Amino acid sequence: MNDPSAASPGPLPTIPPLLALAMRPLPLLPLQLVLTAVLQRIRRHNPAMFERLGNHARARFGIRPIDLPFAFVVEARPPRLSVVRDLPRSLDARISASLANLLALLEGRVDGDALMFSRDLAVEGNVEAVLALRNAIDDAQLDLAAELSSLFGPLGAPVRRAFEAARGRMIGPSQQSEQWR
Amino acid sequence: MMELICPAGTPAALKSAIEAGADAVYCGFNDETNARNFPGLNFSRDELRKGIALAHGRGAKILVAINTFPRAAAADIWQRAVDDAVSAGADAPILADIGLMDYAARRHPNQRLHVSVQAAAANPDAIAFYAEAFGARRVVLPRVLSVPEIAEITRETTCETEVFVFGGLCVMAEGRCSLSSYATGKSPNMQGVCSPPSHVAYEQSAEGTTSRLGGFTINRFGANEPAGYPTLCKGRFSTAEGAGYIFEDPVSLDATTLLKGLREAGVTALKIEGRQRGRAYVESVVRHFRHALAALESGSEADIAGLKPFTEGQASTLGAYRKTWR
Repeated sequence: MNDPSAASPGPLPTIPPLLALAMRPLPLLPLQLVLTAVLQRIRRHNPAMFERLGNHARARFGIRPIDLPFAFVVEARPPRLSVVRDLPRSLDARISASLANLLALLEGRVDGDALMFSRDLAVEGNVEAVLALRNAIDDAQLDLAAELSSLFGPLGAPVRRAFEAARGRMIGPSQQSEQWR
Repeated sequence: MMELICPAGTPAALKSAIEAGADAVYCGFNDETNARNFPGLNFSRDELRKGIALAHGRGAKILVAINTFPRAAAADIWQRAVDDAVSAGADAPILADIGLMDYAARRHPNQRLHVSVQAAAANPDAIAFYAEAFGARRVVLPRVLSVPEIAEITRETTCETEVFVFGGLCVMAEGRCSLSSYATGKSPNMQGVCSPPSHVAYEQSAEGTTSRLGGFTINRFGANEPAGYPTLCKGRFSTAEGAGYIFEDPVSLDATTLLKGLREAGVTALKIEGRQRGRAYVESVVRHFRHALAALESGSEADIAGLKPFTEGQASTLGAYRKTWR
């Protein structure tokens, strides 16, 4: 495996099937509440990102981590996110990749075209909307650890450490977290 | 040392390119005046001004690609782009159209001008014309020339030369492609979109991924088979002679091993293609070539394998630089 700290699209680890199986009975609502709050926070702090979406800001994106037993339906304007067992049919576009590759894409750690070339990313539906989303996210320079930990007040620091440890195992430390240390 | 000219489709990519060691970054406005007019990409006027300030603060230059061809009765859009790039403090606009070049030379006589690869200036006479008529200081050479041919050109012209060293390739003479127009009604040379994503469709099935452009099926990739861009020129077609890539294989140019020859040929600047790519691509490819240039200067060996994951079809070529088919 490539050095996960390098900004290259080398293969990233997937969630072990047994762990994914163990997640199957978990309730989805707590995750949905947390991720919705993260999305709304990103919206507040990154208005330029939503401008880059242009005409596609109202598109409904289905995002499926291929190594998890659930998926996400995401809308930018208004910011809405739902966690679902199966993606509905009524979507503008569907994006699927491993959780690690999706996280790396969100933080601009991998190149979307390279993931398409290596077949680690699959897209269906409105390709123009997907491209706008990819470019908007890539420009936003999101730091997911910071966005997530800010939701937890005094517990933010341990939440950040826990997220960074998990992320580090999957895609390596972010530049932001290296600077933060 | 040869200059390293790097792509940026967004302000964040511009910052990544500079931090990775770009001598200059090229970018475009978020409209049809540049040949990477894709959704979510490119710069507003305000973003360009901020990008130029950032670059100049770090000792880097900003080049603005205004490299599509103005539509009849709409030339003002392109002329305004030139005016805005100049007033923002760009180090040079990169122009393709001869009329726009004339406008820029007359309106901004002290502005440095570069000739875009889209102009397809591939011989000393054509280059000399741009230099003499408009004062063009640099020409980006089309990707149809061998290294000896480039050396011949640099010997015969005073204009600086810039050549591509990495990224996507185009099978047609630059700026002369109608495949995208035929399939979608939109052109890389006029609207700035080769194979516009609005006309691209992917279908996932048990057989793999099928890509379509404007209703034409152009490829089907098996489950783990490396893929390329959904362009007609890189389509795989069945014919009476068999199935295969009729125009061009899905591969990327990688001229890492030719840097010494390009330097000896008198090349001024090396260009990395890919304004449509993400920050990770920009950061890694720019850093790779910065290290390769340092290795060239010190006489040591450069890493030649590190860029494969970024290549189209997971494969690279020396393209026309080494014309083995001749």
